[in-house]
Amino acid sequence: MAKMMYRDAVRSTIFEAMERDDRVVVLGEDVVGGMGTAGGPEAIGGIWATSTGLYDRFGPDRVIDTPISESAIVGAAGGLALAGKKPIAELMFADFIGVSLDQIWNQIAKFRYMFGGKSTCPAIIRMAYGGGFNAAAQHSQSVHHFLTAMPGLKVVMPSTPEDVRGLLREALRGDDPVIFLEHKALYGVTGEVPDGDWTIPFGHARLTRAGQDLTLVATGLMVGRCEAAADALAKDGIGCDVLDLRTTSPLDEEAILDSVEVTGRLVVVDEAPQRCSLATDISALVAQKAFASLKAPIEMVCAPHSPVPFALELEQAYLPSAGKIEAAARKVLGYR
Amino acid sequence: MQLSREQMLQAYRRMKIIREFEERLHIEIATGAIAGFTHLYCGQEAVAVGVCEHLDTDDKIVSTHRGHGHCLAKGCDVDGMMKEIWGSREGLCKGKGGSMHIADVDVGMLGANGIVGAGAPIAVGAALAAKLDGKGKVSITFSGDGACNQGTTFEAMNMAVVTKAPCIFVFENNHYSEHTGFEYAVGTQLDIASRAEAFGMKVWRADGTDFFAVHETMRDLLVYVRAGHGPAAVEFDTERFFGHFEGDPQRYRGEGELDRIRETRDCLKKFRASVVSAKLLTDADIDAIDAEVLSQIDAAVDAARAAPRPTPEDVLADVYVAY
Repeated sequence: MAKMMYRDAVRSTIFEAMERDDRVVVLGEDVVGGMGTAGGPEAIGGIWATSTGLYDRFGPDRVIDTPISESAIVGAAGGLALAGKKPIAELMFADFIGVSLDQIWNQIAKFRYMFGGKSTCPAIIRMAYGGGFNAAAQHSQSVHHFLTAMPGLKVVMPSTPEDVRGLLREALRGDDPVIFLEHKALYGVTGEVPDGDWTIPFGHARLTRAGQDLTLVATGLMVGRCEAAADALAKDGIGCDVLDLRTTSPLDEEAILDSVEVTGRLVVVDEAPQRCSLATDISALVAQKAFASLKAPIEMVCAPHSPVPFALELEQAYLPSAGKIEAAARKVLGYR
Repeated sequence: MQLSREQMLQAYRRMKIIREFEERLHIEIATGAIAGFTHLYCGQEAVAVGVCEHLDTDDKIVSTHRGHGHCLAKGCDVDGMMKEIWGSREGLCKGKGGSMHIADVDVGMLGANGIVGAGAPIAVGAALAAKLDGKGKVSITFSGDGACNQGTTFEAMNMAVVTKAPCIFVFENNHYSEHTGFEYAVGTQLDIASRAEAFGMKVWRADGTDFFAVHETMRDLLVYVRAGHGPAAVEFDTERFFGHFEGDPQRYRGEGELDRIRETRDCLKKFRASVVSAKLLTDADIDAIDAEVLSQIDAAVDAARAAPRPTPEDVLADVYVAY
């Protein structure tokens, strides 16, 4: 068992994979940093420090520092994967996915199916997402909802260093494209990571708090905020299940339904705006398959229907908070 | 063509405003007064001002994440910008955009941009609108040596040539795309202008730390574009005095590099030396502007500190529908 930061779990898991399997290659903007400068390679090692040291160990053929060209980065990951390699591409910010969307949506996600199952595309596209840094509308977004809506992609949202390790290992062992969403605000979070050769299978939610009265469902940074709300409610004797979905595709429907069948009350928390979101998707699932269990209308705590605003006060008001989650929980609990 | 005394004083004043605006932000950010990601333009002032001094309100510019200089040169209000960067509801974008998204369409400034390479296609659209209006107006996109590697920039250049859009691609080569060197990231290892030339447009090159070189180059270029010959491109060799973003430790710099470029490639120092030695302006003229600008920036910071903050209700202002 080792204690490590979320960002170190990313880096060390990539390092381990590159040691084990020479098909694994890394590419992205400034993943080496300092190329073509007086300071020389490794002057940065990725702006999130998730690739530090990789270049020194594995060299320029396997740790590819790219120009600012997101479409080519993601497309090249697709081509590397079709040609038998295991690329791990990094988009510095998830927001930059807009530049590269065709390569994800029309290409990587569709190869296996379009090609009649004859090809695989084990490309991992990592990206830093989410708000909390006053980085405004083009550097703060959550993008999981529309990626989850794309058939052919697996979408992973680890919330702890342990889950980074287990889920990234699982992604590396698979044959399909994986979107690996790392929340910027979690990079500095420290947690225990067990030793040994283990993975976390996709589609298995993690129960982080157990209770009989209410179910809270979340991903990424929102998991911790649900836990804070659950802990506040526990002081009033209210017990919550907190489910960390870990992957939004595949989705652990069973864990959600099993929990709601016991509690009868559901609050879904989503950092993205509500319309056509993960929150509405889960709400629809529960309304369809656990209708009889529900004791109250489902509540959703999501971002407002606007771009992410810049100013401190505006972004605080924008993001779902533990307070808003607790208020939604009390509303659901107070219904009949 | 010699610039008038007033034109020289105005150009220097604008460059100095950008310089002091940025130097002050560098200090304020280090104290934690300003939130978010800020990318300073300091060092490149001669480009923004040398370009924008030729423009009027109906000419459009599209900027980058390193956009403060372009905004100030095009006429965005100093106080409004400072308040925006502070996140006030009295900011130029009501605190919604911040440093990376300052815009003021009233002065023809169509936005700084957080996405590298996003500006060029937008500038082509504004140029096509200018062509439709037929009044000889132009649209300018500023790009760095990072954005010149984006597909969007390539597509925009070709489309501008094909459509004969009065679009000007201003490439500011400050030798760093974020934390990576020009020599690594730009494959030709030559320059950026030759790429634009390969798309079929006329190109110019000049020293971007020499205001007069920038200004003269742009005068020739604008005569060509305003005459209806279609797009053109120019590459200015320039310097970035700070990191990619504030907080960047800049380990990619060579030893003494920052001191050297501040000493030998400072466009304000070069401007002063040039006009004083040619007896066009005196040191006293320049010193007077320096003092005025410093108090203007002090006042802007004081105003930004005291400006009203946004409220949670403001989150859903300026959306067409809320749920």
